[in-house]
Amino acid sequence: MLAQTLFKRLLKDDKGGDRMLTVLLAVLVLVPILNLLVPESSVFHLSTYTVTLLGKYLTFALLAIALDLVWGYCGILSLGHGAFFALGGYAMGMYLMRQIGDRGVYGNAELPDFMVFLDWSELPWYWQGFDMFWFAVVMVALVPGVLAFIFGWLAFRSRVTGVYLSIITQALTYALMLAFFRNEMGFGGNNGLTDFKDILGFDLQSDVTRIALFCVSGLALLVGYLVSRFIVNSKFGRVVVAVRDAEDRARFIGYNVEQYKLWIFVFSAVLAGIAGALYVPQVGIINPGEFSPLNSIELAIWVAIGGRGTLYGAVIGAILVNYSKTYFTGVLPEVWLFALGGLFVVVTLFLPRGIVGVRDKRRKKTSEAQA
Amino acid sequence: MKSLDQLRETMRRDRVFDFVAKGEYPLSAFRHTVTPGEIDVSHGTILYVENVTVSFDGFKALNDLSLYIQDGELRCIIGPNGAGKTTMMDVITGKTRPDAGRVHLGQSIDLTRMNETEVAEAGVGRKFQKPTVFPEHSVFQNLELAMKMKKNVWTSLFANLTGEQCDSINQTMELIGLKEQSAMQAKLLSHGQKQWLEIGMLLMHDPRVLLVDEPVAGMTHQEMDRTAELLTQLAGKHSVVVVEHDMDFVRSIARTVTVLHEGSVLAEGTMDKVQDDDRVREVYLGS
Repeated sequence: MLAQTLFKRLLKDDKGGDRMLTVLLAVLVLVPILNLLVPESSVFHLSTYTVTLLGKYLTFALLAIALDLVWGYCGILSLGHGAFFALGGYAMGMYLMRQIGDRGVYGNAELPDFMVFLDWSELPWYWQGFDMFWFAVVMVALVPGVLAFIFGWLAFRSRVTGVYLSIITQALTYALMLAFFRNEMGFGGNNGLTDFKDILGFDLQSDVTRIALFCVSGLALLVGYLVSRFIVNSKFGRVVVAVRDAEDRARFIGYNVEQYKLWIFVFSAVLAGIAGALYVPQVGIINPGEFSPLNSIELAIWVAIGGRGTLYGAVIGAILVNYSKTYFTGVLPEVWLFALGGLFVVVTLFLPRGIVGVRDKRRKKTSEAQA
Repeated sequence: MKSLDQLRETMRRDRVFDFVAKGEYPLSAFRHTVTPGEIDVSHGTILYVENVTVSFDGFKALNDLSLYIQDGELRCIIGPNGAGKTTMMDVITGKTRPDAGRVHLGQSIDLTRMNETEVAEAGVGRKFQKPTVFPEHSVFQNLELAMKMKKNVWTSLFANLTGEQCDSINQTMELIGLKEQSAMQAKLLSHGQKQWLEIGMLLMHDPRVLLVDEPVAGMTHQEMDRTAELLTQLAGKHSVVVVEHDMDFVRSIARTVTVLHEGSVLAEGTMDKVQDDDRVREVYLGS
């Protein structure tokens, strides 16, 4: 009952979000049924591979929401959001690594395989505590959040905006990628963290765990969406949009613009971190490639294609682009990059407000015709 | 010896003189207590600009300018290009620091020591020439954002408008004549309406002094009339200083006109008096 009124209030002027969440809820109910209850011989059976794929899309959608908050609403084009995603992923990966225990190749209960391989005698200090799930969960939010806070505090205080900010966010993720590539960093270097066995005692390979992870990703997307919607609907959200449209004016009427930018950036980074943490157990690996600037740019493309400043547009963009990516890289691998580039060009030229904008425009036309 | 005693008696610090103690003249008659941040207008003047000089690379934009604005007054400031009108506004709002001279709000607040935000907080609102409103927000939301209230991140996140605040927004909308456009996005407003909205946004801050820079530039005649009406309405509750080029408009609203020329005051008085002034005719009105 309470949840219902809450939904209604948050989604009052958000038809698209309402529809998107309805579809999401339906998928969350249908997928487990189709995977677990429908026999494998049936045409309606959904393979676990597909479930994992869908779960991955859901985490990408959450990541896209995170970027849309800062880019669509606050006008900060961060081209380094992949870094926060990857940091959340690494925090989860470290927990999963510790869960392996003595089942690794070297059978060392104390050290992960790659540390044994590097002849390390003990666990580095920053790995301490990651054998506890709650600690890992805290770190999933804290590490990206603190990094975003420090980075944002420095950048916004110096009034770095626009293209310059985009470039330094690129530099941030690139620097992290280079750092994580180093074996001495203690995060598995080039290979990253992989070969996970189980999470909270449940086997990661089992269908039920996969379904559970899928459902948790879906719920995270749902909650993340609602919280983001709450923020956007609040006066805080209106100030943020005001900062995007007329920063000086907002400052002049007494808002501390830097604070607003900083906190939406931090929240967005935390959201991205959570998405990363859900991504890792489903794909079974996290490596420095996730920090690659290319990933962050691709993320911006998802949001641009879906439509900025709507939140649900970002979700649609993320799922659509990633589905096409899966499809094209399977069928015509050499075409994919051209298709992505072409899609981006088409969207920028003809659909400045993304796919979502097309529908809005059509609706406006019909309402004008009626008037 | 006797006179010394008398002196001692007079200088005693543990006694209150009879005429004070009797209550005939309460202490408040001798001094006006001003709380910090309060604008002291006990002398009727709200803005003191005294002997202000500003030079840019040797060029004196303001030259020993002195100007007094009365509380609740509507003052028009005219002058040819380069007379120093904008620089004067900049000095008052803390954007430019004067090389010499003083600017006080009331008797106690020194504006030359403050930055732009502090001046705005102290009660001086400035409307720039080009209207800047928040285009994607509705008229109502624009006013809401401009409202005087706590503006930190946390309060904004959970802010809910009280009935009183809603009323104050509605009143302002009525005043600026945008009641019907309440839910309209600001970018869809006409140029004149945007100007009014911006004035409304300033009013939400409840400033004592309102500096308005060329409000009717680019307006239609009807809009001009409406603006004149609005500014006249505001005078009294606020002190309004209008810098304007359009003489018809100035004539329609002005009670007192100040003519600036080469950085200082050339003439001051009613429109008729100013227009009759030979020097003014020479430098500004032509012939």
